[in-house]
Amino acid sequence: MDQKIEIKDLDLFYGSFQALKAVSMPVYDRQITALIGPSGCGKSTLLRCLNRMNDLISEVRITGRALLDGVNIYDRSTDVEGLRKRVGMVFQRPNPFPLPIYENVVYGLRVAGENDKKTLDQTAEKSLKAAWLWDQLKDKLHQPAISLPLDQQQRLCLARLLAVEPEVILMDEPCSSLDPIATAKVEELMLELKKDYTIVIVTHNMQQAARVSDFSGYMLLGEMIEFGETKTLFTNPSQKLTEDYITGRFG
Amino acid sequence: MKLDPKNTQRAAVAVLGSATLLTLTALIFIIVFVLEKGLPVLNWSFLTGAPQDMGRAGGIFPAIAGSVALTVLAVLLAAPLGVGTAVYLTEYTRESRLTAIIRFGADCLAGIPSIIFGLFGFILFVTILKMGWSLLAGGLTLALMILPTIIRTTEEAIKAVPLSYREVSYSLGATRWQTVYKVILPNALPGILTGVMLGVGRSLGETAAVIFTAGSSLRMPASIFDSVRTMAVHFYLLAREGISAENAYGTAAALIIAVLSVNLLAYWMMNRMVAKRT
Ligand SMILES: Nc1ncnc2c1ncn2[C@@H]1O[C@H](COP(=O)(O)OP(=O)(O)OP(=O)(O)O)[C@@H](O)[C@H]1O
Ligand SMILES: [Mg+2]
Repeated sequence: MDQKIEIKDLDLFYGSFQALKAVSMPVYDRQITALIGPSGCGKSTLLRCLNRMNDLISEVRITGRALLDGVNIYDRSTDVEGLRKRVGMVFQRPNPFPLPIYENVVYGLRVAGENDKKTLDQTAEKSLKAAWLWDQLKDKLHQPAISLPLDQQQRLCLARLLAVEPEVILMDEPCSSLDPIATAKVEELMLELKKDYTIVIVTHNMQQAARVSDFSGYMLLGEMIEFGETKTLFTNPSQKLTEDYITGRFG
Repeated sequence: MKLDPKNTQRAAVAVLGSATLLTLTALIFIIVFVLEKGLPVLNWSFLTGAPQDMGRAGGIFPAIAGSVALTVLAVLLAAPLGVGTAVYLTEYTRESRLTAIIRFGADCLAGIPSIIFGLFGFILFVTILKMGWSLLAGGLTLALMILPTIIRTTEEAIKAVPLSYREVSYSLGATRWQTVYKVILPNALPGILTGVMLGVGRSLGETAAVIFTAGSSLRMPASIFDSVRTMAVHFYLLAREGISAENAYGTAAALIIAVLSVNLLAYWMMNRMVAKRT
């Protein structure tokens, strides 16, 4: 299996607080990798390192490397906007722009300079189809996105991301504001998307990690305690700390 | 004695309610007073005619033109500068001692009496830069005067745009500038407009700074190098010099109607914008 991303000895400081401690981890191509661990252990921070979203926060210092297809994304010469088009993100809360559905989906194309109506239309349709929204939304593309139910909003955000054709999709607790039925749908969708995309998901929900992911990493206080195949990690963890967390004795 | 929460609630409603009522009464009283005295004078020929005999007779058309020209000029100069500064301070710089000083400076400038701006404009624009009493000198001075307000209201409006919009925009590969003009400015527009309208109101009502820098010529201005008289200045001179109390009130009524309609227009535009974006 190919490594899409390889994280090597990554340290991250928020001011003087060290949120990531020498984290190393592979992310395999076209697999789903789950990050689990108690609240505040650094899952979101690690995820946001992979598309350099932490650059937006002042007083963040990062050392170490994260290789995307073998190239360090923390190189000085990295084109950060280009990186973010390749490594996209779905956020915890559905966050469509206060714009029509259509404009939300084509936002990424527009900022990339695409103005051809036909290309935009085609991409919008393709992305909405890929997020299983086309049938419900095709007749109301010009209605405000905010008026959609939450689960459709979240899949719209996914469609908006798919429109820029990323290679890696980062998801930070994408189902935390959804009900079980909508959650099941997103999980099913993830398994479908796995054919074309590499996915990294942060989740609080242990069953979710077990259900969808191929690989899992258990984090605690900024350290990667254990990383491995989900099957193994959940049934036969090598670390005592992991076992405690998984069996619910801690966390 | 223990206070019964129900009674304190009632007391609070009474106090807050009467405060609101008092404010409204004062506002309505002023408007009614001015309109009552001024409306009888207001008619088409008063609004469109040229003043005669220093304003004792005739209309106020040049003063209306002066007010419009000066305000438009001031806003055209101050709005881009103010919005640009606010965007720079909020989106392009990290919080530092320097931004704090700039902000503090803007707050201080906003509180300086307008006559100081008038004096400054007179010395710099009218005298040193040899613009004379002119629309240009007046417009520049008023622009400086309303700039701090526009900067600060725009800053607040920009800060109120949810962080998540910025994050999404960046995460989709947008540059800082694309994020600013596609996401931040459109969402901050109602707030920015509020700041601009405050500036319009201040410009329309200003007298001291205008007399010092734009003069008080009663002729129609032909270029930005001509002196103008605004409605507010016209009113002030008519009343102050005892030229015509009647026409002074007529001018005041026209001014009040102008300010009210500008505010109503802005209110309507803001509502439309907010409605369109949700
Ligand atoms: N912008 C920030 N500035 C300073 N400290 C931060 C910042 N963001 C996160 N932290 C700290 O870094 C640590 C890791 O935070 P992070 O959000 O990555 O945790 P998490 O594992 O995603 O938690 P959760 O499950 O609650 O989302 C926490 O202790 C948090 O307080
Ligand atoms: Mg988190």
